[in-house]
Amino acid sequence: MTAPPGLCFSGRVSVGGVEILAPVTLEVPAGRWTCLLGASGVGKSTLLQCFAGLGDGLVLDGSARASDGGALQGRVAMMAQADLLMPWLSVRENVMLGARLRGLRGDVTRATELLQRVGLEALAARKPRALSGGQRQRAALARTLYEDRPVVLLDEPFSALDVATRARMQELAAEVLRGRTVLHVTHDPAEAARLGERVFVLTGQELSEVAVEAPAPIPRAPDAGETLAVTGRLTRLLLDAA
Amino acid sequence: MRGLWALLPLGFGLALWQAAVVVLQVPHFILPGPVRVGIALWENRELLAENALVTVTEVLVGLALGAVLGWATAIGLALSSAARRLVRPLLVFSQAVPVFALAPIFTLWFGYGMGSKVAMALLIIYFPVTSAFFDALVSTPPAWLAQARVMGAGPMRVMWHVRIPAALPGLLSGLRLAAVYAPIGAIIGEWVGASRGLGYLMLLANGRAKIDLMFATVIVVAVLTLALHRVVDGLATRAEAARRG
Repeated sequence: MTAPPGLCFSGRVSVGGVEILAPVTLEVPAGRWTCLLGASGVGKSTLLQCFAGLGDGLVLDGSARASDGGALQGRVAMMAQADLLMPWLSVRENVMLGARLRGLRGDVTRATELLQRVGLEALAARKPRALSGGQRQRAALARTLYEDRPVVLLDEPFSALDVATRARMQELAAEVLRGRTVLHVTHDPAEAARLGERVFVLTGQELSEVAVEAPAPIPRAPDAGETLAVTGRLTRLLLDAA
Repeated sequence: MRGLWALLPLGFGLALWQAAVVVLQVPHFILPGPVRVGIALWENRELLAENALVTVTEVLVGLALGAVLGWATAIGLALSSAARRLVRPLLVFSQAVPVFALAPIFTLWFGYGMGSKVAMALLIIYFPVTSAFFDALVSTPPAWLAQARVMGAGPMRVMWHVRIPAALPGLLSGLRLAAVYAPIGAIIGEWVGASRGLGYLMLLANGRAKIDLMFATVIVVAVLTLALHRVVDGLATRAEAARRG
């Protein structure tokens, strides 16, 4: 993996003349975990799509680029709420999907190592259908790691999981993605309070940063006083904006 | 026991048929009863088997060629918008022309033998296979395509590794339909001009007023079509199960 760049977004986005993201400026620091919190429909995912180069039909009036001036293409991995595992491939083959799609041979040793890291090595030969929701998201995380990209875009990857599974996945992701530039879109204040080294709140009107005082290393304990206080502040902000 | 229950409607149908023949006193050269047809089936078993083999060969070759051609066409259409604009209207037009009208032309082009019947079977299944597979190819979940793009895949690799495997159920449903249609194509081809095959035998029996043999042939065609559908359906179901794991 190359040294992770930061991300810079500035501008507005529209689809067919309808504005879906009001003008905002966002600076995502390099090598850190940044959470972008907001209600549904304020354009959080749109921001990610701009960074991922998935802007078909989106008109970006502005720019979404890497802070080092290089192209983002080929340096970004993405993980979404849906696990997007191919049902006809085994878990291990799914992890190596990127290699297949780039016309390369999959590195089985590395895939196995990554599956070990997410605790799925015993299920490597199974098809996704035989996995639970949490296991499927672990497989998706291993696939994201296999890509070994310096920038990782997370689009509510844990929001469909039950509370305990979600908490475990947050810890695992924080551990394995350490050192990369992570932009994590979520609508869950508690998640942002646990994981965000920087936390931004996007409302229909504006983008504002919420200070995380004396930032403890992530993942923070869900029941720590500071985590709960930040969760409360973020919830209040979302409430006031609604 | 379940097998016996499945046979019950068949027995009921045959009984109704025989009763109609007896009660209405239909002459046997208009509507032979099931007993007569059964006897004709047995007495002409070699003749029927010989001709069935010809028709089955035509159907299987037509089915295989139509499946491959339909597969390739659907992929071509899904890959290229120019191909869609050029070829799709032609495909629809080809369906507007009645296959019955094309049979004599095919006999002219591909001869009196097996070629023209294979062509008929192929033509009749080509559209359903192409259209079912194409529809599936263009309805890949957009999120899968987006993911593949972020991973750095070009359109050909996305097609091969994502869209085609994702569209397999569509191809299989096209093939299930094709298994029922293909025999129709072959039989029409044989009606128009042939010296062998079940379609030929039907016309021959009709011409010689052997109505019981004609009914026997119809039954053989129906049974073969059902069997073919069962086989293709079974293979398709297995393929789907293997894919899902």
